[in-house]
Amino acid sequence: MFDQLSDRLQATLSDVRSRGKLNEGDVDAAMREIRLALLEADVNFKVVKGFTKTLKERCLGAEVLESLDPGQQVVKIVNEELTALMGGAGRELVVAPSGPTVILMAGLQGSGKTTACAKLARHLGEMGKQVALAACDVYRPAAVEQLVTLGERIGAEVYEQGTEADPVEIAAWALDRARAEERDALIVDTAGRLHIDAELMDELAKIRKRTKPHNVLLVVDAMTGQDAVGVAESFAEAAEFDGLVMTKLDGDARGGAALSVKAVTGRPILFASTGEKLEAFERFHPDRMASRILGMGDVLSLIEKAEKQVDEDEAIALQEKLQRDQFTLEDFLKQMRQVRKMGPLGGLLKMLPGMDSMKQFKGVDVDEGELDRVEAIILSMTPAERANPALINGSRRKRIAAGSGTRVQHVNQLVKQFGQMRKLMRHMMSGKVPDPQQLAQMSGGAPRPKVRRR
Amino acid sequence: MSTSWQEMLDLGARSVARAEPEPEAEERRRGVFRQLRESLSKSRRALVEEISASLFDRIDEEAWERLEEALILADVGAPTTAAVVERLEREVEAGTVSADGEAVRERLIEVLAEVASAGRRPIDLSGEPAVLLMVGVNGTGKTTTIGKIAWHLTNELGLSVILAAADTYRAAAAEQLAGWAERAGAEMVRADPGGDPGAVAYDAIAAARGRGADVVIVDTAGRLHTQGNLMDELAKVRRVIGKQLPDAPHETLISIDATTGQNGLRQAKIFAESVEVDGVVLTKLDGTAKGGIVLAIASELGIPVKLIGTGEGLEDLRPFDPTDFARALLAA
Repeated sequence: MFDQLSDRLQATLSDVRSRGKLNEGDVDAAMREIRLALLEADVNFKVVKGFTKTLKERCLGAEVLESLDPGQQVVKIVNEELTALMGGAGRELVVAPSGPTVILMAGLQGSGKTTACAKLARHLGEMGKQVALAACDVYRPAAVEQLVTLGERIGAEVYEQGTEADPVEIAAWALDRARAEERDALIVDTAGRLHIDAELMDELAKIRKRTKPHNVLLVVDAMTGQDAVGVAESFAEAAEFDGLVMTKLDGDARGGAALSVKAVTGRPILFASTGEKLEAFERFHPDRMASRILGMGDVLSLIEKAEKQVDEDEAIALQEKLQRDQFTLEDFLKQMRQVRKMGPLGGLLKMLPGMDSMKQFKGVDVDEGELDRVEAIILSMTPAERANPALINGSRRKRIAAGSGTRVQHVNQLVKQFGQMRKLMRHMMSGKVPDPQQLAQMSGGAPRPKVRRR
Repeated sequence: MSTSWQEMLDLGARSVARAEPEPEAEERRRGVFRQLRESLSKSRRALVEEISASLFDRIDEEAWERLEEALILADVGAPTTAAVVERLEREVEAGTVSADGEAVRERLIEVLAEVASAGRRPIDLSGEPAVLLMVGVNGTGKTTTIGKIAWHLTNELGLSVILAAADTYRAAAAEQLAGWAERAGAEMVRADPGGDPGAVAYDAIAAARGRGADVVIVDTAGRLHTQGNLMDELAKVRRVIGKQLPDAPHETLISIDATTGQNGLRQAKIFAESVEVDGVVLTKLDGTAKGGIVLAIASELGIPVKLIGTGEGLEDLRPFDPTDFARALLAA
């Protein structure tokens, strides 16, 4: 189901439109849905309480516009508030005025620190920096080996002293070496530790004192639940971290922990780790995270990709055509070509809200071969036929099939599917939620992203 | 009395070399510092029980809200929390539970323990050899748990154990497992990095049969349940094991990190679709997270928690006890 929260809100607020303004009862009902959605997303209970309070105030003051869905309006406000809460002033990595920039990585066991260290090293390496890594996890079996192996993969030096030395000393020694070897950056990997382990938190504080890092990053697993707040508060106290790295975002955890930590500590999330490959590492986007937490999918990435390919005026013209139901096979061909340029359709499909959890689309890799065939069929049509598929009678179908090297049933299928797609587009343009079954039937046709005027 | 190892492990026809020591004897064997730590945590538990009792001084609307809050903060999740609280409210209204703090609290613990007991069964190690497959998302503690299980089987029960390093993806994974194998006194079978995980499992089982080993524990690479191809790979490993030894793997455990929020339910659900999951190991309970999501996993999927991990040491593994768990959920 697309946009679960907005659907629920639409249902809850379905009779508001005629009244024109939300009353307190409506807002309370909406707040209950939002509260549930945020809890489902693992946002901390207390953060949810505070957030819905702020939200309610804003919603009570909001005029519901005639042309907009009250549910959508509320979702829009929630999205904005969430984005603001998680974004605000972004933060770049602090760079040392001279000598190596020191980045200290800390976090719970299993959060993904070591992998994040390697990814960050690679990320900086891509920007032309000479990066070294310090292996200060002497507790976990083969932790040093893991970092050394990763270092080899990305071509970064790893400073290690095995597992018998003291992590604080290793860190200090690593910094000396990084200075001597004139590295641009030193990333210090540390052992996973519980925020309630006084001894290890003390060790972390000591490492910090000795290395005076320019950046202390807390690594947090995106699937962390209510515990995130306690963890973050303790690490803030002991290590005074400056920012977060969220890991395992390629999972389907909604990632409410991100909101909780930001709300409670005020520290921004700097990076997002989005896969096991070392390249899967990027700057964090607060607006995308807000959508994800609400269960709205990564619509923005898709739009970004689409905007790169589509000329804006063309897009507006197309949108108008769709609204007037004048979309032709010629337009479809153009759009399909542009969509194909955006990258493998499977990946694109998954970006749409709700798609990645829909069973029909599990493991769908759209058949590119089929698309070639569709393209060939359309190219075999005359411009008149593309503009008005109703013209295409039996003899024309035979001609088109022959011209495209396909069979008449393929031509029939395309014309039928195109008709279905136009119907679907009419639905979507009028704001209705499309039926997943209809989409599944349209094999080979990726649902088009909504392109909008900025 | 908390669930014992004897109750949690089904060893089949085997007669173990050493009788399982009594809990008191176990404590004597542990070091002084450990005893001290445990006694400190006991007094903390006493204080904490005081706190949770005050949740129910008065049974009013506020009390039910505070209870909801406590459960949600424990990651029990809104749906399960609502179900439990509603049930209790009805019982108090109907008079089957008296409206005083102590009675409500005790009944609540019973209800939570009941939910946590759904699908409760021992770990099946009756096979000869018995094959145990560990699966789970990255970073949840599979390898460490295997080390602990292996240690318990070799040290406490005198069984012979072979570990299969079927995580051929992660950097230095085999080295990590080798570290545990050494500590636990178990043998290990491995492949070159990038090798086929199924082949490692196969070799380990063949070795176990050849040498007459009791248990094979198969470590797998951490993987997100959202990665279809990796879930297919896991299903393939399971099939390979099953073809080699009918009924194997006899036990498949998924490790769930106690800090995991609502996503834990999805993890368990999707993993169970690729391989039959028999039980959960709830790890990292030595932190402040309560692991409440396992209630939903038990009640909605029928997958029980069988073991809990309480630290990074070899001995930090215990059989799951529903009542202990329920009490801990309510503790501050």
